[in-house]
Amino acid sequence: MLRIWRHAVNNVMLSLTGICAFVTASALFFILGYLLWNGGKSLDWNFFTKLPLSAGELGGGMANAIVGSAKVVMLGALLGVPVGFMSGVYIAEFSGKAMANVIRYTADLLNGVPSIVIGIFAWTVLVVPMRHFSAWAGGFALSLMVIPVTLRATEQFLGQVPLSLREGALALGASKWRSVATVVVPAARTGIMTGIILGVARVSGETAPLLFTALNNQFWSKGFGEPTASLPVMIYTHAISAYDDWHRQAWAAGLVLLGLVLVANIAARMVLAKGAAGQRG
Amino acid sequence: MRSTVLIAVILAMAFPAAYAAETINAAGATFPAPIYQKWFQEYRASHGDVQINYQSIGSGGGIRQLTAGTVDFGASDMPMTDEQIGKITSFKVLHFPTVLGGLVPTYNIQGVSGELKFSPETLAGIFLGRITKWNDSALKRDNPGVNLPGADITVVHRSDGSGTTFVWTDYLSKVSGEWKSKVGAGTAVNWPVGLGGKGNEGVAGQVKQTPNSIGYVELIYAAQNNMPYGVVKNQAGVFVKASFDSVTAAAAGAAKNMPADFRVSITNAPGKTAYPISSFTWLLIPDKIGDATKRETIKAFLKWMLTTGQNDTASMSYASLPAPVVAKEMKQIAEIK
Amino acid sequence: MATATQSVPGRARTFLHGVRGGDQIAYLVTFLFAASVVLITVLLVFELWTKSGLAIHKFGFSFLRTSTWDPVNDQFGALPFIYGTIVTSVLGLIISVPLGVGAAIFLSELAPPRLSNTLTFLVELLAAVPSVIFGVLGFFALVPLMRDHVQPALISAFGWSPVFKGPAYGVGVLTASMVLAIMMFPYIISISREALIQVPREQKEAALALGATRWEATWDAVVPFARLGIVGSVFLSLARALGETMAVTMVIGNDPKINSSILAPGYTIASVIANEFTEATSDLHLAALVELGLVLFLITMILNGLGQLLLLVTTKPGSAKS
Repeated sequence: MLRIWRHAVNNVMLSLTGICAFVTASALFFILGYLLWNGGKSLDWNFFTKLPLSAGELGGGMANAIVGSAKVVMLGALLGVPVGFMSGVYIAEFSGKAMANVIRYTADLLNGVPSIVIGIFAWTVLVVPMRHFSAWAGGFALSLMVIPVTLRATEQFLGQVPLSLREGALALGASKWRSVATVVVPAARTGIMTGIILGVARVSGETAPLLFTALNNQFWSKGFGEPTASLPVMIYTHAISAYDDWHRQAWAAGLVLLGLVLVANIAARMVLAKGAAGQRG
Repeated sequence: MRSTVLIAVILAMAFPAAYAAETINAAGATFPAPIYQKWFQEYRASHGDVQINYQSIGSGGGIRQLTAGTVDFGASDMPMTDEQIGKITSFKVLHFPTVLGGLVPTYNIQGVSGELKFSPETLAGIFLGRITKWNDSALKRDNPGVNLPGADITVVHRSDGSGTTFVWTDYLSKVSGEWKSKVGAGTAVNWPVGLGGKGNEGVAGQVKQTPNSIGYVELIYAAQNNMPYGVVKNQAGVFVKASFDSVTAAAAGAAKNMPADFRVSITNAPGKTAYPISSFTWLLIPDKIGDATKRETIKAFLKWMLTTGQNDTASMSYASLPAPVVAKEMKQIAEIK
Repeated sequence: MATATQSVPGRARTFLHGVRGGDQIAYLVTFLFAASVVLITVLLVFELWTKSGLAIHKFGFSFLRTSTWDPVNDQFGALPFIYGTIVTSVLGLIISVPLGVGAAIFLSELAPPRLSNTLTFLVELLAAVPSVIFGVLGFFALVPLMRDHVQPALISAFGWSPVFKGPAYGVGVLTASMVLAIMMFPYIISISREALIQVPREQKEAALALGATRWEATWDAVVPFARLGIVGSVFLSLARALGETMAVTMVIGNDPKINSSILAPGYTIASVIANEFTEATSDLHLAALVELGLVLFLITMILNGLGQLLLLVTTKPGSAKS
């Protein structure tokens, strides 16, 4: 009797967990499907080439938002990756344990700061003194989110480089920095690259840090010192409006953004998997 | 090869030779945003490469960003208070009325597609949260013969700092003592009930998506989105629909007695044909603009706005400025140095 | 981990030798970068603190207890936002933890490796979806669903209790919680799965040898071992959910009121900052918003710290802590 009960429980619970797994995995498909359906209908050549038109007028696009996003994300990467990478190298190769812990803790702290609070910080230190909303401020805000991810990826993958490789380099007479630069880092480069790509992909979809830094722009923004349109912010303003045409644009932009982010993620992971396999092989 | 492309892209974005010569940044009210955006696009098309980038972040935002100096000029449906003006030490703020507009109660009621009538007391009651159902006796009294459902009313208001809110609450404060003491007038108030939408766009969007809801938006937002809106009883006891004529009628009195700084409220205006929830909306221009090119561009735009620009108002569901007001404003342009 | 673990005199000696000056420079350069990370973070906290000075000065601790948010009269209280932030996140956890842990159990214990890896990959991709997209989908797909079907059903079934009272707005605390739950899945699943995989096989095999069913072996022998890791994942997901801005702003209704009903609209700290920051009319208003940001930062910092601590404990080799 008890055995039958226990087996019944067993079967029910096992199936339940399976259902849990499929439900959660299918959330992604649902999201993708919805975007493909609604966004696919609205995606046209105008979207990529035209500027947004005033509300109610048809035929506009989000060309400036695409370029604007590229601008701030690139700034974020250019500012954040070197800092994160170098700091990761420091922790992994040069520092003592205490310092390493301090910096690691700080990076985790920075990583945990809500993105809206990062926006406040960037506003205070850049927008107000510069008296300008700008791509600089937006890029700076994004870089703060890129740093911790890059730092952790660098530290993690540098740490995985086998001792034998390091000692070999040193035994050959290379100085410490030489061995790090020419042997250790290249050995870890796949993993580090993956971390960077994942981090940059993540910030490209962030909206909150850009709300009061890059703000938004109806037109092209000259250089980096002007308010700059970006895909996530455009999606937001267009989606909450009442204009059907703006809704269409929001779907299309959402599809483009999601597509870019997913492609970057999948590519990064595949590269990592291949790299890891290569190393093991 | 890849790095070359990358560098080329960076350079292309940083040094755009093909881009506009002058960019002026402005921010503020969502109330007039549709016509401002049309103006700035028209102006750009006809005046070479002048780019005026206007972000409709709400009147409160326009005032704040102007104060912080992060925009070249602002826009607001609420005239700045003496306190707000006093906070800016580097220049004096000049108010330039641009258009007249009307705020309408727009709604989305299942089964009702026509025009509903609202008396001031009913509107106050709904927004105070005392009238909670569409078939409340007050609404029935305003709308004899209309079959109103027994559904709950969902109120939608602004979640951001808004001159539109100021006009709406200013009107409610004038017609309802209870509203005045409980809530008061301002760009952001402590709403007794309701959901918050961001900008006129957000409120319109929310009402459109939510059955049995009511919100307040500038006329064009309801018109452009084919949303029904109600008629409101004015001070003379007549139910008036917001339109070019009724909004212009509301400004008639103010046109004659416009104060020198153009700060005036025309809600609940007298007159049989006046629409009671009307308002001027202003551009907030500094009287001292250091950059000569920007100064001339802004002055030129203002002149254009007061003449050619006014022709766009009727088609966009706003009302144009009365002639005496335009004349006075032309004179004020000279004060921008 | 090949970090520089020489003793202090040893390190100093090497440094002093400075034979290859390149090493010195490399050390200095990388150190400066690392120090800048610390400096920036300190600056961030400093700025948050000073910019909220006005509000801290005026309201003191009552800021955290008052529920009036009245910009007209310059009265600001954080309670509705703290309430909304915590309730939506906790509710989101209640929804996502059972689903997430269940999925993690399936992926780590029961599924064949290929299936497990594929599904895990898909779930982890969910973490890459930008929050604004969750917001858009929530606004256009979930809200009508809630308004037309789910909420009326809940009201008719449970409307007598204060928790499910009120008109079916579509937007509201429950809707926001559901969106947050979906956003938390990848973190809970991924970290819990890792924790479960690390449990020594002997645990499960011993239980099976004693005659337990697969489920019993998993639930009674394996999961308790990974308990701390799972709890750690919960803390980390919670910390993330608390700071979530865009997705919540679009579906929560933006009403700064404390309501017992989860079908009512609410407001979170992140949402009010996003909505009101560029337009805060008075300096006090702005300071109050920054102070809200500071409060949020502190809450997330504590939760993140707890989460990391728990994970640290579980990944120690041979952790038999039960």
